[in-house]
Amino acid sequence: MAQDRPGAAAARELLSASDVARTIARIAHQIIEKTAGTENVVLVGIPTRGAMLASRLGAAVAEFSGTAFPVGIVDPTLYRDDLRHHPARPLSSTDLPDGGLDDALVVLIDDVLMSGRTVRAALDALADHGRPRAVQLAVLVDRGHRELPIRADYVGKNVPTARDEQVKVLLEEIDGVDAVRLERA
Amino acid sequence: MRHLLSVTDLDAAAATALLDTADRLRQALLGREVRKLPTLRGRTVITMFYENSTRTRVSFEVAGKWMSADTVNVSASGSSVAKGESLRDTALTLSAMGADCVIVRHPASGAAHRLAAWVDKDRETTGTPTVIVNAGDGTHEHPTQALLDAATLRDRLGGIAGKRIGIVGDVLHSRVARSNVFLLATLGAEVVLVAPPTLLPVGVAQWPCRVSPELDAELPALDAVMMLRVQAERMHGAFFPSSREYAIGYGLSEDRAALLPEHAVVLHPGPMVRGMEIAPAVADAPNAAVLQQVRTGVHVRMAVLYHLLAGAPE
Repeated sequence: MAQDRPGAAAARELLSASDVARTIARIAHQIIEKTAGTENVVLVGIPTRGAMLASRLGAAVAEFSGTAFPVGIVDPTLYRDDLRHHPARPLSSTDLPDGGLDDALVVLIDDVLMSGRTVRAALDALADHGRPRAVQLAVLVDRGHRELPIRADYVGKNVPTARDEQVKVLLEEIDGVDAVRLERA
Repeated sequence: MRHLLSVTDLDAAAATALLDTADRLRQALLGREVRKLPTLRGRTVITMFYENSTRTRVSFEVAGKWMSADTVNVSASGSSVAKGESLRDTALTLSAMGADCVIVRHPASGAAHRLAAWVDKDRETTGTPTVIVNAGDGTHEHPTQALLDAATLRDRLGGIAGKRIGIVGDVLHSRVARSNVFLLATLGAEVVLVAPPTLLPVGVAQWPCRVSPELDAELPALDAVMMLRVQAERMHGAFFPSSREYAIGYGLSEDRAALLPEHAVVLHPGPMVRGMEIAPAVADAPNAAVLQQVRTGVHVRMAVLYHLLAGAPE
């Protein structure tokens, strides 16, 4: 690919910019359908790109249904089980809606679902902020290789991958372009 | 960063990273039912205080507990120190018991550095890494106080670079002043020390700051003023004629506080001697950040423990 640096890993495009937009729109419709009639739905993104997807999904849901769900961010870093395996990681912000999460239907949002460990950490973080009535999970890409009994309720695209491959989600807000790429190590 | 001994170990990026982490921790704990994070489960943090302290010791203890570390307090009285055990033996004993972190306050300048050297040497033979945090050593440094002051100033003023900050009073005996001068300068602030000549340390000319004897002349141009406690317990000579005269020359009275710009913040590291270095009404005014400093202190110390203990040992 033209913009890849020379010597960079070979990359295959899984989703183009228009695919990403369509996928977000589809997930938004599914969320509307699945939460129809429920009050107190909160969209909570996992930093960095999950938080951006959450605000995009929030905007899409508001556009399609006329109802705006509160959007929040939860940083699972302090709850991770692999902190001791890396140098201390920088933290991201946590910002939950003023109403809290008690009795809310929380839709947790991340870009890529793999081992499930990040989601596990995020679930623990949510539990310390209140007691949601239920938690659902939405991801842009599910690439398999689960290490915990966790599955997503809304999946943008299922991608069979090898362990040594990398799924890169690029979002315009920080990467300047919307795309999902599969990179070989 | 393996230990936190001096603010001069921190460059602007490292200090900013600590302040950012403190801020994120504050956010993460905001409005929660459960004020506890699992991050340091199974880690043992020991505070070893050879000097009196309320806020620093409790602040470290709360910080450790909120991150689920096991915290143990050792004070000089009531421990084997009273039986004559040396600092080195006490520290190595605690390290041998599996302390992941020893937070030390000691009346001798350089105590934390000595301790770090001992545990590092011990680590070569035993392999147990113990992290040392300086919670105040003599008249040398108090890094976490400077970090919490910087965090408070950053929050109140929207940034530190380019701000003019006055530090007023007993600079000679103040580790808080020394740590603040170096940290604030690292973060790009312009620091002005205001003190009677008898309360300025030797070598202050080499510090990254300006020195002024005249408080009233400086106040109108300050973005923040930090009042230092007059450390009577460390004064073994006549540094000023009387406390009344000190208060007249260098205390922040109501009339003086009125000289500050409207946006200026008043800080005090505590404990305050009201009526001496700061008037009661000034200490309780809305632009005084004394209690915010205390609140921020817990988050800053959590950030320090996070950076030193949460990741893989270096």
